Amino acid sequence: MNSIAETCNNLKREYDGCFKLWFSEKFLKGDLDDSMCSNHFKLYNQCLQQAMKDQNINIDEVNMAHLGTEQEKKTED
Amino acid sequence: MKYYENSTIFQFNWNQVAHAFWQRYPNPNSTHVLTEDTISRKVKNGILHTTRLLTKTNRVPKWGERLISKNVVKIIEESTVDPKTKTLTTYTRNLGYTKVMSIVEKVVYKVCEENPNWTVAKRSAWIDSQVFGFSRAIQAFGLDRFKKNCTLMYNGFNYVLAHMFPHTAQYMNPSLSQMGFAHLIDEGIKTSLAEDLQHSLQGKAEKVKDAAKKATDLAKKRAGTIYAAYQPEQS
Repeated sequence: MNSIAETCNNLKREYDGCFKLWFSEKFLKGDLDDSMCSNHFKLYNQCLQQAMKDQNINIDEVNMAHLGTEQEKKTED
Repeated sequence: MKYYENSTIFQFNWNQVAHAFWQRYPNPNSTHVLTEDTISRKVKNGILHTTRLLTKTNRVPKWGERLISKNVVKIIEESTVDPKTKTLTTYTRNLGYTKVMSIVEKVVYKVCEENPNWTVAKRSAWIDSQVFGFSRAIQAFGLDRFKKNCTLMYNGFNYVLAHMFPHTAQYMNPSLSQMGFAHLIDEGIKTSLAEDLQHSLQGKAEKVKDAAKKATDLAKKRAGTIYAAYQPEQS
């Protein structure tokens, strides 16, 4: 799957590949250490943050957490 | 504001569902999904927290051109994965245009109580619009669309799961597996109802046209008001 910025595609692909492996082979098996892909993520994220800035994406709105906060909508049960 | 919820069962275990969740895209039928990015991700207290940004194409209906100028919809997807309690929670919302329409979808995937090899997905949706003269029509359309897409979404996820885990799929209830493939060729894979709805609300909102037509005269008079109400979302 492509990144929002073409320039980040390669870095994203490398990170995604690492994450898939980590998620199924480590995390789901109880290994909570998430350092395995952190270098990949750092590089990809640097590229992505710049791209979001360039594309005038409201980063505050993106980063504002809703899930697990007061912002989260309540189910009617 | 409209509220809707439903529950569905997947004949795959929770680990399989959690695994497949990250691999929904690309698929041959998701050409409207343009990009997928991971904004942040961390493990905190044993729970994986992720925020992703998705973009999709949309077609803006004529009557909506005054309201929406861009043809890409951005969606934020927050999620938590708790491997201990085997709970995957997703929470999606559209970025921007929230006055025109705000669609929030929450899905909680847990181990099925009746069968530990299955997974139950409890889905809740909140559909809102604050455009004067249009909000009721948009909300009603959104809810109707959402309900119709429940089956599509269910079949779509089954399709993805069956391709990732063919060994499990062969033990699926035949009627279920049939259902899981029947619609796919024509309808495409819709793995998130809210995303689809967020997309369709902007993209296929012509369907609201009839309802909107009645409001057109009023809307014309109030166009200035609508535009003013919408402005903050554009800037």
